[in-house]
Amino acid sequence: MSKEILSGNEAIARGAFEAGVKVAVAYPGTPSTEILENTAHYPSIDSSWAPNEKVALEVGIGSCFGGARSLVTMKHVGVNVAADPLFTLSYTGVRGGLVLVVADDPELHSSQDEQDSRHYARAAKVPMFEPADSQEALEYTRLAFEASEQFDTPMFLRTTTRISHSKSIVETGEPVTGLPEPSLERNPPKLVMLPGNARKRHVFVEQRLKDMAEWSCSQSFNRIEERSAEVGVITAGVAYQYAREVLPDASVLKLGLVYPLPVQLVKDFASRFKTLYVVEELEQFLEDQIRALGIEVIGKDRLPICGELTPGRVREALFAEKLQPAYQTTIDLPNRPPNMCPGCPHRGVFYALNRLKAFVTGDIGCYTLGFMPPLSAMDTCVCMGASVGNASGLNKVLTGPDKQKVVGVIGDSTFLHTGINGLMDMVYNGSTATLIILDNRITAMTGRQENPASGFTLAGDPSARVDLEQLCRSVGIRSVRKVNPWNLEETRQVIKEEMEREEPSVVITEAPCILIKRDVGQRKPPLVIDPDKCTGCKACLKIGCPAIEWQPDAGERGKAYVNQLLCVGCGICDQLCKFDAYSEVTND
Amino acid sequence: MTKVTNILLAGVGGQGTLLASEVLSEVLMLAGYDVKKNEIHGMSQRGGSVSSHVRFGEQVYSPIIPEGETDILFGFELLETYRNLPLLKKGGAVITNNLKLMPPSVATGQERYPEGLEELICQQVEKSLVVDGLALAMEAGNPRTANIALLGALSTKIDVALELWEQALRKMVPEKFLEENLRAFELGRQAA
Ligand SMILES: Cc1ncc(C[n+]2csc(CCOP(=O)(O)OP(=O)(O)O)c2C)c(N)n1
Ligand code: SF4
Ligand code: SF4
Repeated sequence: MSKEILSGNEAIARGAFEAGVKVAVAYPGTPSTEILENTAHYPSIDSSWAPNEKVALEVGIGSCFGGARSLVTMKHVGVNVAADPLFTLSYTGVRGGLVLVVADDPELHSSQDEQDSRHYARAAKVPMFEPADSQEALEYTRLAFEASEQFDTPMFLRTTTRISHSKSIVETGEPVTGLPEPSLERNPPKLVMLPGNARKRHVFVEQRLKDMAEWSCSQSFNRIEERSAEVGVITAGVAYQYAREVLPDASVLKLGLVYPLPVQLVKDFASRFKTLYVVEELEQFLEDQIRALGIEVIGKDRLPICGELTPGRVREALFAEKLQPAYQTTIDLPNRPPNMCPGCPHRGVFYALNRLKAFVTGDIGCYTLGFMPPLSAMDTCVCMGASVGNASGLNKVLTGPDKQKVVGVIGDSTFLHTGINGLMDMVYNGSTATLIILDNRITAMTGRQENPASGFTLAGDPSARVDLEQLCRSVGIRSVRKVNPWNLEETRQVIKEEMEREEPSVVITEAPCILIKRDVGQRKPPLVIDPDKCTGCKACLKIGCPAIEWQPDAGERGKAYVNQLLCVGCGICDQLCKFDAYSEVTND
Repeated sequence: MTKVTNILLAGVGGQGTLLASEVLSEVLMLAGYDVKKNEIHGMSQRGGSVSSHVRFGEQVYSPIIPEGETDILFGFELLETYRNLPLLKKGGAVITNNLKLMPPSVATGQERYPEGLEELICQQVEKSLVVDGLALAMEAGNPRTANIALLGALSTKIDVALELWEQALRKMVPEKFLEENLRAFELGRQAA
């Protein structure tokens, strides 16, 4: 045993190692990504990135059916993609334990919605643990594998951003030994979910939930902390920590298993208090179930459903105390939103789309930042893969010049995740839309993970690489063209021609993300602007490169200046300057 | 409840606030405190505002600092320090770098970088210390050590033995850059 300071995600990886996990699979997604990046450090775990969450779960189900403990991780919206196998897995149950970690993102720090995964536990009838710090993240991971095998069920482990990304002190343990070796075992009544078998398994699932609800009443992960005799709190996850800050004297029922509810424990606890709070983040998930038992509580009538909780927000909601800051800012401050990196290969494409006045159905990745001014070239963004179908749908209903304006834009990882299906639809159903695949050879948005088109595995080993051009051709796209997005004129011209084409077409940009370490060769010496040549026309500011800074007080109208620490010499600003003011740094 | 001390690090993605907060929490753990630390990753590496919460004491519950309870606001960029001022506790301290980094709207000429932030901070907060992190880092031999120079300045305000800081730095800074970082740390201490 040793003491370490670990993030929730690191602790889950450690817990998986200690639980004897053999297979860990995921598709990256904030805030879950680092779990697999950490299981990858344990040689006893086969860790891999799948092309999407559905495949990740199906791989995990396969290894679990082989008798191996299997970990599958994803962000909250990933469960939407993996929901199909999940609901049936609930019926089959497991052989080796299977734990699905789902990381929610209250406050949408890095997500497109704020959905509460606890509803999936209920809908799929899959029990769910929820840790409140890193120590519990480790312990509950181990417990979840035990419970999974004991009750023949997949288990959820739910975190939120503040649990996944907070660090706290953890005592680690020793790995379990003596787990059975994986093997083949035929068991059609349990593993072949045809109606006749599934009907019987459904009965089993209902009984399983009842058994677990009873069992969890006496388990130490659902614990009562005795303090006040007047005020009680029922809470779980990070909300427990906020409740401790705001109601330090209240007695607490802290739930470790948030589904199914330990009904008897809740009833007994609730009956003792005059005032009972339910403190939970996002939906009134616990509250609805507790109220259904006929228990009156104070909860979401005061606490917000939208956004994450904080100690201050809980205090304000429960006691209507508005906090007065001791210090104020007295002037308007410019915001500092994230921006594409200097030299990002996506920038030139959005500049071209802006100039062409395209209507861009967008997708999710670093390139979603193409929505921000001054590029302002993204008009829709729904979910991963949606750009393709959205473009086809618009293409169906528009006519004339509007029809030609529709362009879908998607990253390489997102295209392989769920974009390829949309492309088949485009060809099959005769759409004439254009799709641009931004092939930067990495899943950049989530911190540069490998994917099937990057040519490397999670462990960094070389592997087969999907040929995106051949893939598009094989589904029936006849016009597939490649461009260098750092060449603005070529990029604009090719996109324009493909927009005008009366058949579906694909443009693939070939340019790796500037932050990929193995491609450092693409970084060039920074450019400089000759202040005598710069007329202050601001043409180069239209690409929004963070390395170009405007000096309003230089010259008569102001002048542009290149920050030498940031510029990577991609050269697209140079292509916009009509006065030849840009040049490479010379050593004189 | 015994007192918990709250340090809020504020800066811009890419400035090394993450390493600074990692070293800080390691030191506090070595010193025997309960420690929690939180930061939002995600889109932050692309030059957006970032902040990191470090809390220590006998027992820490919330991983984020309750609003208005920051004891030390530790800023890596002037505008970001100033932006976070409302989170500071009455009588709290500010330690800030004097660096100015242009946000996109300033870099593209739509807005101007606010003037006089340093004065605004020092007027309002009695216990404020402004450090020239970049100058110290250059003196240490590498502009990228500014974060550790600032950490050196912060270390003088926290009651933890100097050896523990060195021990943490040796553990967390890559061997290649260790010497210049130790120098930067020492220069930061002297500047405080
Ligand atoms: C279903 C789902 N899974 C995961 C994510 C998290 N996520 C957002 S964008 C992205 C990948 C982006 O990679 P790519 O398409 O290659 O674009 P890049 O960021 O490299 O430009 C991921 C994993 C998500 N939003 N939705
Ligand atoms: S990480 Fe890569 S893809 Fe993302 S903005 Fe930066 S350069 Fe572009
Ligand atoms: S060459 Fe121009 S556009 Fe490219 S990174 Fe440097 S300043 Fe930015």
